[in-house]
Amino acid sequence: MLLVTAPILDIRGLRKSFGHVEVLRGIDLSVQPQELVFIIGPSGSGKSTLLRCCNRLEEPSVGTIRIDGVDLMDRRTDINAMRRHIGMVFQSFNLYPHLSALSNVSLALRKVVKKSRAEAETLALAALERVGLRDKAKSYPSELSGGQQQRVAIARALALEPTIMLFDEPTSALDPELVGSVLAVMRELKQDGMTMLVVSHEMRFARDAADRVIFMDHGLIVEEAPPAQIFTSPREPRTRAFIAELTR
Amino acid sequence: MDSWSRFLDTFFKPDLIRHYLPSIAAGTVTTIEIAAAIVVTGIALGLVLAVVRTFRVLPINVILVTCVDIMRALPPIVLVLLVYFGMPNIGINLPSFAVLWIVLSLVLAAFAEEIFWAGILSIPKGQWETARSTGFGFFPTLLYIVLPQAVRLTVPPLTNRTLAITKNTALGTVIGVPEILNQATTGQSFSGNATPLMMGAIAYVILFIPVVALGRLLETRFRWSRA
Repeated sequence: MLLVTAPILDIRGLRKSFGHVEVLRGIDLSVQPQELVFIIGPSGSGKSTLLRCCNRLEEPSVGTIRIDGVDLMDRRTDINAMRRHIGMVFQSFNLYPHLSALSNVSLALRKVVKKSRAEAETLALAALERVGLRDKAKSYPSELSGGQQQRVAIARALALEPTIMLFDEPTSALDPELVGSVLAVMRELKQDGMTMLVVSHEMRFARDAADRVIFMDHGLIVEEAPPAQIFTSPREPRTRAFIAELTR
Repeated sequence: MDSWSRFLDTFFKPDLIRHYLPSIAAGTVTTIEIAAAIVVTGIALGLVLAVVRTFRVLPINVILVTCVDIMRALPPIVLVLLVYFGMPNIGINLPSFAVLWIVLSLVLAAFAEEIFWAGILSIPKGQWETARSTGFGFFPTLLYIVLPQAVRLTVPPLTNRTLAITKNTALGTVIGVPEILNQATTGQSFSGNATPLMMGAIAYVILFIPVVALGRLLETRFRWSRA
């Protein structure tokens, strides 16, 4: 990937401690426009924390994070305005149980972006269409399968027209037969040119959709390489051990 | 006189029923007025206090929790007497209706605050995080995402507590609020017969049974299976 364009996400010297435990110990990472970057690593390696620092759901201890050139750590930055453009998809979907799929998607458009109800619902329906669930607009989360809930959650982030989307283990809570539908949506987002940072263990998906795979361990980036390389001939022994464990 | 007619004569004497029906009816209207006022102000204040508590400003919360615990610990009648007989000595003369309304509103607010707070705490952290990640600030998250869910969860305990406290309007009798029990005891002492008291009891049942039924209806309506 050429580095002539300005990165969408640019992380420099990021550290994060919880009490005395340093979970991130100096992360440098940039993600280029339309790039899909995959983060893998053992549990406790800090990958979810890294992702959650990218919209300051976790407050970084040290370091800078720029999204589209805007410094997230700057006191003058309106973090709520920034977060709209940083789509986040969670492992546990987190749909609002008291709202229909349509309202789940349109709520932020109406109350944060201040669009009219009609306008918000039109955009929400378009977002639901993209994830193949336009016909489920009136359904409540309890009436949807896990895979459908996660796709609504993706639509909810998508409706705000994010410049980057963060996925925190989006398929880990799903039954195996439902994983495919979520990955298919993510694959389409990739084809539509969405910039994505994904924490996941879906190796097959990483292999054919990711531009770059990052292996993290103990709060550091151990190795980064194109998927073909990292899965077949990892450079670092730790990466090799982890990949071997995963593909066993 | 057999025991059955003695029973009727003691609790359901027709001429006494006729005689005291207007005053018991007037008492019922007074009870409804106070109860409605208490429910509105008590629950509204309880919700406001719970919202204030979510901002987690330590000094404010220490004061808030202390006051709430005192209100919950004291028997309401102690507060009623304390306010009604104590306040005039510091120059504040409140009508008995107002004393009953204020005291029971504060007691209901204290319990309602705890119930709303428990409801707010029971909403998973992921709901907050998701809302924040779509650009909602703290207060809008509370308003649009957390409270609508929390309030639904609190309907059953809140209904019970509201009933328990509005029934305490009967305490008004000790400070002369002309509510149901006051009218009934007055009737009882003038007639030397329990019929007015029985009429009062029946008035309470007629008044509160629909409230219990409404609570049940709300419970069913607000239940939804959580994902």
